[in-house]
Amino acid sequence: MKKKNLLQRSIIIVVVTLVGLYIVIGPRHRPHLRDFTWGGIKGTLADNIHLGLDLKGGSHLVMRVKTDAFLKELTQGNAVAVQNAAKDAGFQPQDVKVETDNGNYRITLTVPDGAKLSDVEEAVKKKVDLSEWSSSTRGNTISWTLTPTAQRTLADQATEQADRIIRSRLDAVGVAEPLVQRHGAQSSHQILVQMPGIQDPERVKQLLKAESKLELAHVVSPPSPSPVQTYNSEEEAKASLGGTAPSNRRILPYQERNEPTAAGQAADETQKQKKWVVIETPAIVDGSELRNASAVQSRAGADEYQITFSLKPAGAEKFGTWTGANINEYMGVVLNDEVKSIAYIKSQIFDSGEISGRFTKQSAEDLALTLRSGALPAPIEYQEERTVGPSLGADSIRSGVRASLVGLLLVVAFMLFYYRGSGVNAVVALLLNMILMLAGLIVFGATLTLPGIAGIILTIGMAVDSNVLIFERIREELRSGKTIPSAVDQGFARAFVTIIDTHVTTIISSLFLFVFGTGPLRGFAVTLVIGLLINLFSAVYVSRTIFMWELSRKRKLESLSI
Amino acid sequence: MVQIFKDVKIDWLANRRIFIAVSVLLMLAGLGSAIFRQAKHPNGTEAFNLGVDFKGGTVVTVRFKQRPSAEAIRDVLFNAGLKDAIIQPVTDKPDTVLIKIPLEGGGESQAQVDVGRSRVRDALRTFGPEAEHELNSDPNAAYKIEGTDAVGAVAGAQLRNKAIAVTLAALVGILVYIAFRFEWTYGAAAVIAVFHDVLVTLGFFSIFQWEISLTVIAALLTLVGFSVNDTIVVFDRIRENRRLRRRDSLYKITNDSINQTLSRTVITSGLVFLSVLAMVLFGGEVLRGFSLALLIGVAFGTYSSIAIASPIMVWWEQRLEAANRAAATSFARPMSAAVRTPASAPRRDPVSPQTQKRSRGAGRA
Repeated sequence: MKKKNLLQRSIIIVVVTLVGLYIVIGPRHRPHLRDFTWGGIKGTLADNIHLGLDLKGGSHLVMRVKTDAFLKELTQGNAVAVQNAAKDAGFQPQDVKVETDNGNYRITLTVPDGAKLSDVEEAVKKKVDLSEWSSSTRGNTISWTLTPTAQRTLADQATEQADRIIRSRLDAVGVAEPLVQRHGAQSSHQILVQMPGIQDPERVKQLLKAESKLELAHVVSPPSPSPVQTYNSEEEAKASLGGTAPSNRRILPYQERNEPTAAGQAADETQKQKKWVVIETPAIVDGSELRNASAVQSRAGADEYQITFSLKPAGAEKFGTWTGANINEYMGVVLNDEVKSIAYIKSQIFDSGEISGRFTKQSAEDLALTLRSGALPAPIEYQEERTVGPSLGADSIRSGVRASLVGLLLVVAFMLFYYRGSGVNAVVALLLNMILMLAGLIVFGATLTLPGIAGIILTIGMAVDSNVLIFERIREELRSGKTIPSAVDQGFARAFVTIIDTHVTTIISSLFLFVFGTGPLRGFAVTLVIGLLINLFSAVYVSRTIFMWELSRKRKLESLSI
Repeated sequence: MVQIFKDVKIDWLANRRIFIAVSVLLMLAGLGSAIFRQAKHPNGTEAFNLGVDFKGGTVVTVRFKQRPSAEAIRDVLFNAGLKDAIIQPVTDKPDTVLIKIPLEGGGESQAQVDVGRSRVRDALRTFGPEAEHELNSDPNAAYKIEGTDAVGAVAGAQLRNKAIAVTLAALVGILVYIAFRFEWTYGAAAVIAVFHDVLVTLGFFSIFQWEISLTVIAALLTLVGFSVNDTIVVFDRIRENRRLRRRDSLYKITNDSINQTLSRTVITSGLVFLSVLAMVLFGGEVLRGFSLALLIGVAFGTYSSIAIASPIMVWWEQRLEAANRAAATSFARPMSAAVRTPASAPRRDPVSPQTQKRSRGAGRA
């Protein structure tokens, strides 16, 4: 009976060991002879284990989507629409006020006749979708406030959209195996981007950050042939509108200049005097109507580039109608709230245009790429940037492996010295623990990070703890005069309760680390937890089996080497 | 048989006042250092030397072919407008320096996170061009930026709050588990001991101004788990002995239990200490803070499970017992020891008469 039990246990252990070994150093292809050389094994190991950025090198970016800017813009857009709707319905609205401070987004419309407020509200509701806004009236004003729930939903949607756009930009620029995911709490609107192998993320950062908000808008100016109306300062432009810009006008800078860096980043500010123009808002069409955009040389042979773009059918129709009705009016190409070029409408245009701005080849191509991927719903800002070059990562691997081996050697030496024969037992369990731990990492697709290696080193120390607990207990039982088999039995039984308790508490603190931690720290928690779980198998089940085997070899065992 | 401890009979609890005094002194030293540094800023230090992870700022790791002096690098950076840069050589890599740039001004200085790296790069061009790929394979290159860590103020504050929350949450989790497995007095004693370990370790970090990074927090959490392990081993033995030796006082049982588990405690802690020591010596710069925190934590974790957790638990239990006895006598029928039995009696695994008898023998030996 006991023999059979021992055989069964041995088979389980051998099978688990072999499977573990294969997972760790077995090639994922049909094995060649060279897979069994030292170099081959090392290569396969490196292929099998998924290394974190801190070990293999790469860039780690955390960005925040400025959802408050998104909500602000949404509120302003709706305010214009509300005012126009009231005007179209013949209510002669006097004033529309927009509040976007301290998490409040409110539109307040003042009409001359307070008695007609509900009619105004009805009229506005027909034209503008304000289902997510709660309305209230007071005197002769109506206010629409964005509810907190709606704020959350809209901000989340904006982040989702930014996430999608970032993915498509990374894809377009050809970053290999990028990882894009939401980061931190849902309400923090952060996105994490990891790019293995990218050492210098400057260009990618600019590309991802580029708002690339394109608008084609009517410039407020006397029509051609008189020159386009520009102002020398923002104040001057404001004065022309009577002190403050009404909600259907925007004052934007207008300047043609070099674009030496990627994706429309500000360049030499002093190159040309900055002018200001007044444009009509909302724009005629915006970037969401783009069908395609590409970089072309401005003149043959010149080192100057521009962007040509074409519009989707719906946008082209809108654009065609407007240009047809506004011959000789001025139209501006607005990129990221800056007027890039102004031209007058010579004839009706339908579906294509160009952005000239003396771009370099690179910056024109980057801009075209970001325009194609669509505009970000809101600006993003970088909050964390971590880069690791490949040699730094390789150094970390080297020192991690060295520290693990030294730690392992010290522990093995002590166990063999202190527990003699049983020390061998513990060492076998420890080595098996190491192999299975790596196998566990591979099976769960966990990422090995530098703190993860530290977790492995720590597991070496903690794994033998179970053995020490058991061995000390067996020694105690032997001292109290028990026979060897019953001392072994009792030792395992008594120590097991303690082992479970110690494992659970460590796993509790690791779980918290895993749930709240990110990147490298998660790697640490994962290795620690996997190591501890495997420890239950290696230190308890395997050690026990080895003892059983020792005891079964002789009918009567006089001494136990412990 | 090699044995570290043979039949020790140390009266640990007799020295509890000394132990607790030592611990309180250590914690006060750490607290004093933190308060003093926070108030006076000697040499520009603060309560804790927080890394960029928590404070925000940029760290650029640069490897040079011929490393210029720290002054030369500082001058170059100063001329480029990076006025408060700290140049820190890497101990185990003589050709590498860390350039630390604090966040400018208060609040979220967005530009920092974005441009720290490129500004450092532009400044360092004075020494020669940067290598495209590998520093060694590029004959003209003078340096290479090996890595950067840039964290904005908001992200830093987030990470800081999160770290505190996680550590506290882990302590609560452990408290609940031990209260469930033992008694709540045991749980509270264990958690107080662990909290003590965390505070003492943090005290060392304040006194010696070692940098606290995210990995140090990971070390603190590991330490929480590890230190509780030690305490549990002792408590487990106390629970077992209390079941077997009803007539002995808690004081004697606790002392005996500590002594019985002493060799295990010392061996395990010694082995973990050895592997952590290997990490301190061979793990490189990145893991230094992590391994230092663990090294101190392991030492004090072992100490506290003997010197802090057990005395607190005994004191607490004795007070409860006294209160219970007082309550019992006021109900006219003195029941003495029996009163405590419902709480301390085995809840989960009742001992069969046979094993009880056998273990009694063990207790005598």
